[in-house]
Amino acid sequence: MEKWYLMTIVVLIGLTVRWTVSLNSYSGAGKPPMFGDYEAQRHWQEITFNLPVKQWYFNSSDNNLQYWGLDYPPLTAYHSLLCAYVAKFINPDWIALHTSRGYESQAHKLFMRTTVLIADLLIYIPAVVLYCCCLKDISTKKKIANALCILLYPGLILIDYGHFQYNSVSLGFALWGVLGVSCDWDLLGSLAFCLAINYKQMELYHSLPFFCFLLGKCFKKGLKGKGFVLLVKLACTVVASFVLCWLPFFTEREQTLQVLRRLFPVDRGLFEDKVANIWCSFNVFLKIRDILPRHIQLIMSFCFTFLSLLPACIKLILQPSSKGFKFTLVSCALSFFLFSFQVHEKSILLVSLPVCLVLSEIPFMSTWFLLVSTFSLLPLLLKDELLMPSVVTTMAFFIACVTSFSIFEKTSEEELRLKSFSISVRKYLPCFTFLSRMIQYLFLISVITMVLLTLMTVTLDPPQKLPDLFSVLVCFVSCLNFLFFLVYFNIIIMWDSKSGRNQKKIT
Amino acid sequence: MWIKLVGSVRCRSNGGAHNCRGYWQLVFGFGARGDSPQMPSHPHLATSEWTLDYPPFFAWFEYILSHVAKYFDQEMLNVRNLNYSSSRTLLFQRFSVIFMDVLFVYAVHECCKCIDGKKVGKELTEKPKFILSVLLLWNFGLLIVDHIHFQYNGFLFGLMLLSIARLFQKRHMEGAFLFAVLLHFKHIYLYVAPAYGVYLLRSYCFTANKPDGSIRWNSFSFVRVISLGLVVFLVSALSLGPFLALNQLPQVFSRLFPFKRGLCHAYWAPNFWALYNALDKVLSVIGLKLKFLDPNNIPKASMTSGLVQQFQHTVLPSVTPLATLICTLIAILPSIFCLWFKPQGPRGFLRCLTLCALSSFMFGWHVHEKAILLAVLPMSLLSVQKAGDASIFLILTTTGHYSLFPLLFTAPELPIKILLMLLFTIYSISSLKTLFRKEKPLFNWMETFYLLGLGPLEVCCEFVFPFTSWKVKYPFLPLLLTSVYCAVGITYAWFKLYVSVLIDPPVGKTKKQ
Repeated sequence: MEKWYLMTIVVLIGLTVRWTVSLNSYSGAGKPPMFGDYEAQRHWQEITFNLPVKQWYFNSSDNNLQYWGLDYPPLTAYHSLLCAYVAKFINPDWIALHTSRGYESQAHKLFMRTTVLIADLLIYIPAVVLYCCCLKDISTKKKIANALCILLYPGLILIDYGHFQYNSVSLGFALWGVLGVSCDWDLLGSLAFCLAINYKQMELYHSLPFFCFLLGKCFKKGLKGKGFVLLVKLACTVVASFVLCWLPFFTEREQTLQVLRRLFPVDRGLFEDKVANIWCSFNVFLKIRDILPRHIQLIMSFCFTFLSLLPACIKLILQPSSKGFKFTLVSCALSFFLFSFQVHEKSILLVSLPVCLVLSEIPFMSTWFLLVSTFSLLPLLLKDELLMPSVVTTMAFFIACVTSFSIFEKTSEEELRLKSFSISVRKYLPCFTFLSRMIQYLFLISVITMVLLTLMTVTLDPPQKLPDLFSVLVCFVSCLNFLFFLVYFNIIIMWDSKSGRNQKKIT
Repeated sequence: MWIKLVGSVRCRSNGGAHNCRGYWQLVFGFGARGDSPQMPSHPHLATSEWTLDYPPFFAWFEYILSHVAKYFDQEMLNVRNLNYSSSRTLLFQRFSVIFMDVLFVYAVHECCKCIDGKKVGKELTEKPKFILSVLLLWNFGLLIVDHIHFQYNGFLFGLMLLSIARLFQKRHMEGAFLFAVLLHFKHIYLYVAPAYGVYLLRSYCFTANKPDGSIRWNSFSFVRVISLGLVVFLVSALSLGPFLALNQLPQVFSRLFPFKRGLCHAYWAPNFWALYNALDKVLSVIGLKLKFLDPNNIPKASMTSGLVQQFQHTVLPSVTPLATLICTLIAILPSIFCLWFKPQGPRGFLRCLTLCALSSFMFGWHVHEKAILLAVLPMSLLSVQKAGDASIFLILTTTGHYSLFPLLFTAPELPIKILLMLLFTIYSISSLKTLFRKEKPLFNWMETFYLLGLGPLEVCCEFVFPFTSWKVKYPFLPLLLTSVYCAVGITYAWFKLYVSVLIDPPVGKTKKQ
């Protein structure tokens, strides 16, 4: 009884914070001719409502792909169509073909914000609540505190309710997938994850861990018996869900190819704009984007990405476990973010979601990571005039984490899961006892740097010769932090089983 | 404790982070140009709709604010710039409220020290101190009124709570001083002045009681009376002195007590007169239908059509300011007598204070629905100590907060007010239920039904009504329904509190407060 009222309060707090953030400005507000992501979403409602399905992804006189052409998979298009029907009922001017370009009004903003809230309420929030309730080995109060921290994560709130996107839908579906697969409802889990991929193709960052975990489960059950049956069932589920989503686009080969071309724009180059990944940071010193030809860039990023995530994935196939699955999600998504092609800064949310899931296991490092991920979005948020909500939500999140998990008391080696690693290192270097203290110092340096950079970006003007100085600095610092986390998470994955097999049962 | 503090500041700044329409306290450029303070009766100044109608200390406070404001935005200090708004102005005003709330947080901290956790709960969230601090810091009414609707009630209530805490801590002189200062900030606190006066006289000036609790006349202390009087006199002199010297006192009083405004405000505060007006309307409609009344005798403008002016009742006798004053005095008297004849220490004082505030709310002239906060906040202190008080508090606070809904009427504010109201209501009911789970249930079936009825009422008024044809014909209907429904609840809570105060046995000398 007590648990349900506290959980309701937590959800209400999450909703209140979301709605108060949504009262702020959105991306591209009042900035013709291109505006921003808000206008893109409105435009997609216009396109999907007024044009037949065959023309959604094609360039035509009615559908100018240069002006926010559709570049997400079909499920986004269907969602936009649904919203468009509601919009037509309230005010057809919002989605009138051609004439509604750049439409901005208070009523329309309210409508768009409400669509985000409803999607969040239906998909993401129930998944979070259910996930926290299903956590094992922790008390009720800790579960509720966990839910509060996840729901207060600033990055998702600011991007969805400030900048304006629908990440909560795809992340929510992915979370349902994680839930299903962890609780041994493999078919439902994979169905949910397929829906996530069909909503935003960036969810492919999470696809390898899902694949490896399920494959590992099949191997464990034995490929000659139940495992093979499971494998076939999974394959059928995946194929069926893809076919269902892409049905209108499978009728002609050209349709399918055009959609794929829109989803994976390999012509656009290694990265666009400032993003906190390796290539952008490297570009500061050596302009690889201009030096190397396109296909070399593609191959290079492919190789680096796969090399960095291979160890964790192989480990997951050989020893599938729910905990290992979650950590592998983190490290794979982070590898993709750091090394992949055409990454946007908002893709950090794909890494943040799995980190939120391991918040109860390594609260100190997770909180640190989530703070850095919000910080890496700073240039984008400043462009959208979301400084105050971002500062306030970050502080609220930090306070919630500190009080719920007492993170500053959990910095010993054992709490950071680095015990087995440091024991192995001490075999060669007996003096390696300072790991925990080193990490605490690094945290302090990282936070001070982030605060200083934020203050500098807000108060100072960049020098004339380097107008992007502050955004590049933000990206560079975030990238260094992310590299550190990549190493950390990989260490946890690789060294975890050794202690696991000896001491605890595999969960 | 500091977590709640920062949490509440965060909540407030979140509320301030969005562009809501605020009702401005026009910051007059008092002294910003080095002039001496002038009341807006100056013939050369055009009066706007928002001229100063608070006592002098508040004017001085705005004067100090104006000096800080000029660093934010010079334009807002120009007297001719009525309805001026810019993002910097908004930022300044919001941050000034948040800054002044520090006093409120300190006062809550002091109040929590006065509460003793009678049974030490296992965890933090079950302790009465924690529940009280959340109920006060996250009070929905205060959040809405201060940070969205926009006023400076936070620090004023902080002053009141601090003076109450001082009285609990037996530091009577400080309590009296703080209350005197408070009176000169906002004269609405006159509602509760009788409680202060009688309590200080009875429990401070008479230093001892007879064994059965009644008054011992020879223990009267002249020193204390004189010192109290001196404090009050000095504070009043500081506040009203300059205006006495300038011969502007009548003007000040006419601004402070505007009896030209009607019995009720455009939206009826949910008090006794709301029920009276509703009854009058119902009777007049029935009278018209049954042809008892002549349609030509009915005044054209109805009382609910929006403007604050004086109107006549049609069937029931009209109400004058004097009548409301007499009703208020009659309503306050029993509680004052209780405080005099059955003093129960600070707790008795607090109950009397709440009753005074509620009675004045029930029968006052031109009461604003925000005045319910005057009763709700002190009652929070009572609610964490006794189950009976907790149930009255919950009814009062839920209906009182719901009656504040019409203050926010734009569409973006709708989800916020619903979410915050749900948050506060669910938290208060469940935490108080958990605190008093060993005693009988807090609500009977009738009260539960009534409280649950608020949900459908809200749905009807805000979601269903605007789409019906009645919106054009009877635009005032939702406000009327809200007002009357809440008035029922508030009257019931008032009545129940009165009964519990009157039938409470007088405390013997063995019981410690």
